[in-house]
Amino acid sequence: MRQRISFVLLLGVIAALAIIAPLLFPGYRTQMALLWVMVIFALTWDVVGGQMGYNSFGNVFFFGIGMYACAVVQRDAGLDYYTGLAVGVALGTALAVLAAAVIGAGLLGLRGHYFAIGTLGLGIAAAEIAASWEYVGAGSGLVTPVFPGNIEDRTLFYYGLCLIVALLTFFTLRWLYAGRFGLAINAIRDDEDKAEAMGLRTTRYKTIAWCVSAFFLGMTGGLVGNMMGFIDPRDVAFAGATFGVWMVLMAILGGKGTLWGPVIGAVVFHVTQELFWTYLLGWQRVALGLLIVLIVVFFPQGILGWLRERRPDLFGHRVEEAERGA
Amino acid sequence: MSNLQILFEAPIFSVQLLVDGLLVGAIFALVAYGMALVWGVMNIINVAQGELVMLGGYVTLTLYHAGFSPFLGVPAAAIVLYFVGWGLYRAVIWRVVDRDLFISLLATFGLSILIQQLANQMFGANVETARSGLGTIALLGGTITVSEIKLLAFVAAFVVAGVMVVFLKYARLGQAIRATAQNARAARILGVDTQRVYATTFALNAAICGAAGALVAMTWIIHPYLGLTYTVRSFMIVVVAGLGNLAGVIVAGLGLGVAETFAGFIFGAEAQAAFVFSLLVVILVIRSLILHHQRRVLR
Repeated sequence: MRQRISFVLLLGVIAALAIIAPLLFPGYRTQMALLWVMVIFALTWDVVGGQMGYNSFGNVFFFGIGMYACAVVQRDAGLDYYTGLAVGVALGTALAVLAAAVIGAGLLGLRGHYFAIGTLGLGIAAAEIAASWEYVGAGSGLVTPVFPGNIEDRTLFYYGLCLIVALLTFFTLRWLYAGRFGLAINAIRDDEDKAEAMGLRTTRYKTIAWCVSAFFLGMTGGLVGNMMGFIDPRDVAFAGATFGVWMVLMAILGGKGTLWGPVIGAVVFHVTQELFWTYLLGWQRVALGLLIVLIVVFFPQGILGWLRERRPDLFGHRVEEAERGA
Repeated sequence: MSNLQILFEAPIFSVQLLVDGLLVGAIFALVAYGMALVWGVMNIINVAQGELVMLGGYVTLTLYHAGFSPFLGVPAAAIVLYFVGWGLYRAVIWRVVDRDLFISLLATFGLSILIQQLANQMFGANVETARSGLGTIALLGGTITVSEIKLLAFVAAFVVAGVMVVFLKYARLGQAIRATAQNARAARILGVDTQRVYATTFALNAAICGAAGALVAMTWIIHPYLGLTYTVRSFMIVVVAGLGNLAGVIVAGLGLGVAETFAGFIFGAEAQAAFVFSLLVVILVIRSLILHHQRRVLR
């Protein structure tokens, strides 16, 4: 009961902050919207990477598909702004899920090294193909339609949408992890062969997990494309070197395989990035590489994992006093 | 696609492309051989493999800009990269050798980003090349031309691979490496210093990559972001050939070189990266389907 109350309290505080902060600091709205995008990135990566133990470097693939599909619909369908956006995001989401199902059928039979490198190739192949495909603007990218209204309203509008999608992602995943689906993908992480021998349809669960991941990423892709206003194939849509790497890093930093871990990791990473990044003067990406190595080698359990080791009582595990003393 | 027509109208072009592809493929095979070595001995996929190639290229380029002959770059890059590899092992890799795949993959992935961005900061993002000053040989009355430097790179790649094979087979340390690959625990019990074996293996792999990078810098171009294509190419070659299959690595490497050259000619050079990464996905999907089929047969 106490846990339940503190959980609701925590959510209340976060919700209050999420609503008040953009009104207090209108200049930082886009950054705050990006913070929610980062939370979505980390959470969706963790479905496959953390909870299921399938190391994917190419989840940014779905993000890019959603972004491009949305922008193309807005460009060619001739609808007014809001309808165009809604249809575009819906189509982008559907297309991302479809891609996940089709490619998942091919790639999810692979394990370990093979899956990781395969997804790495997938993200980059998509970027390269988009960069040489005239229909989607090739290397010069696409420009999304102009928002009908002033800039203030625009940032607030997209902030709200990003917040809603982030909350949707969080609660959907919370619900999924609490049920049979969560148990199944954890079983796949722990021992896939055993899970299969027990009669679990592993391939089906793996594909569903990837589709869940793709669903939210595709949806976010359409929104982020419009928020940024410009889509570059390599640096915005299929940005393997930034978004693609960040999502892995944030999930591990917070603690992979937990619900709150990716959220914490995303907040910590995004805030430190905004605070310190500008002072690094071009060395940011060097620091990023170093950070990955350090976190992976010395801190693979993440913030939440570390906390769980230190204070198991906070997580509802009963600890014998004698044991703690030892 | 109009280039495809040229191939049918003038079949001699295909011979030219075939020769070019084979020469290119030898370097791919060399890098893949290094990856297979580390994979087999340490069970680590070195995602930073291509970055080591790139560093080797920059060692050669630095020598070239300092006024030395770029040919000196091949041994120099191998030596420098040997120590770089040793350093990487002592700093990072030894901590992840015995841990799960997830950690070693991400650690080398982090290293690859680190090296790539460091090179970008140190050498700039320009596309550069070290001119070797060699000419071309005309064959069949001038219808086919072979640049001498590519021929030299082809031969050098085989020489380096040959030296490695002899080393692994007959040298005491080479035998220790093979013993560790077969069973690290048993090797340790029999007195092999496996930590040293691992360090040497990783350093040797880096040296191989360095030599390959020097050849790349002389034959084509070098820039900080070219690493990943070499990592992916090596991975593809090893996946197709299978671990511990040297003949397979050579055949797959040469085959990849030919395939890439033809694709580059037909789709244009700018689509080359797209081709490499798409081919990777296709090969892995095929592999997955084959495994699926085999499992079904077992049932």
